Amino acid sequence: MTEEIIIAGFGGQGVLSMGKILCYSGVMEGQEVSWMPSYGPEMRGGTANVTVILSDERISSPIINSFDTAIILNQQSMDKFESTVKPGGLLVYDGNGITRHPERKDINIYRIDAAEEATKMGSTKIFNMIVLGGYLKVKKLFKLESVIKGLKKSLPERYHHMIPVNEKAIHRGLEIIKEVATVN
Amino acid sequence: MEEFVLMKGNEAIAEAAIRAGTDGYFGYPITPQSEVIEYLAAAKPHERTGMVLLQAESEVAAINMLYGGAGAGKKVMTSSSSPGISLMQEGISYMAGSELPCLLVNVVRGGPGLGTIQPSQSDYFQSTKGGGHGDYRLITLAPASVQEMADFVSLGYDLAFKYRNPAMILSDGAIGQMMEKVKFKPQQPRSKKSPDWATTGKTPDRERNIITSLDLDPARQERFNEKLQAKYKKICEKEVRYEKIQCDDAEYLFVAYGTSSRICQKSMQMAREEGIKVGLFRPITLWPFPYNEIRMMSGQLKGILSVEMSAGQMVEDVKLAVEGKVKVKHYGRMGGIIPTPDEIVENLKQNIIGG
Repeated sequence: MTEEIIIAGFGGQGVLSMGKILCYSGVMEGQEVSWMPSYGPEMRGGTANVTVILSDERISSPIINSFDTAIILNQQSMDKFESTVKPGGLLVYDGNGITRHPERKDINIYRIDAAEEATKMGSTKIFNMIVLGGYLKVKKLFKLESVIKGLKKSLPERYHHMIPVNEKAIHRGLEIIKEVATVN
Repeated sequence: MEEFVLMKGNEAIAEAAIRAGTDGYFGYPITPQSEVIEYLAAAKPHERTGMVLLQAESEVAAINMLYGGAGAGKKVMTSSSSPGISLMQEGISYMAGSELPCLLVNVVRGGPGLGTIQPSQSDYFQSTKGGGHGDYRLITLAPASVQEMADFVSLGYDLAFKYRNPAMILSDGAIGQMMEKVKFKPQQPRSKKSPDWATTGKTPDRERNIITSLDLDPARQERFNEKLQAKYKKICEKEVRYEKIQCDDAEYLFVAYGTSSRICQKSMQMAREEGIKVGLFRPITLWPFPYNEIRMMSGQLKGILSVEMSAGQMVEDVKLAVEGKVKVKHYGRMGGIIPTPDEIVENLKQNIIGG
């Protein structure tokens, strides 16, 4: 199993930390992982993205230009990364602020209105965990307990009281993700 | 048993530095390696091992602090990125000329000048062919993973002290910034003993130790240079390190180090799916360069693509290795652009197989 993922959105949406939690969840299940962020001028106030690779084998290139899954959280990222999903691959997006919805006919498309849901739940900070939950509904990559363990590993201890809230957000994501179009 | 943790390459170097029993780190922050000093500051190494951590006022000051610490026989290191390493060149030449061991880390970014903060491999010439003045060499290690970022810290120190010569870890912004699993060696105590050449105060039973790179007498200076060259020859004979991946049946070869070698591994898989028998040769020591090991493969090869994020620096050593027996070309991107696996396959097809 190898899963190559791009997560892209605005800086501050929790794109990089979501990638880190995915990686730690993989580590908990003995997988090889790599996490390659954008660290250039774009992260200083603009878009942020991270390439995550999870695999049962030694990972070759941490830098790739086509993906099994794209998780897209703003319009700029949609414009940049929709075309990079492999045919038959998965695109998950949040509809908030999206003016041009995905148009590809050869990939699986799911929508999760996580920004809206996070506001309803009373904390915009859990936005990325709702998205993560939705993604893990579509791709059952790990046991949920590995994700919670991964969350614990990647959060500093002073934030561990936030884990139940984040866990709730992951569960909410599992419930609210919607299929838009599938090819398989 | 130590467990795997997820860390950036820069953080792995910092943790490995504490565990290797480093006596002192002196540095000045610069993107894309500022996490080294950030991690060290947060890890409080003075509480863990008594290690000194000092943010110098400039890179020039930092390298001269290394000179002082190394002269006293201590395990000292610094890290920086390209423009900062350029500032250190005078001090590096002096340390080589005074036969002082130290560990240098260059997390390379695009140049020349201030360039960009994105990854590059355009400091190959600077590290392997000089950089500073005079006939000296830097032992240069090129990690290709976060694990190797950690492992090469103690390897670098071992080589530096074995040969009394500065050693350099030549990494790049991509490996510095990316996170992978890493497992650390247990904590090594800081050494209580000083090497016999260190300037720790004269005792009645020996001559005083002098550490200098100056000798105005040309005859003596020539003898000293001959001694240095003999040492470098020994390093070339004994310390070459490399990795060969799927080279047994290879008709074509990628030669690449660091980030480029990781990308080439993917290119190799893609090309092999199309039936192209290509292997990957990864130099781990860039100096001493594995000339013989590449030369020995030249009989089986139809062409070599040297891949580096530069205008073509390592390719000169690959050409020297095969002595014109095999076609050698360079492919690379500059200015902080990272080549993708498929553009490397395309280049192999056009310029090596078809060209």
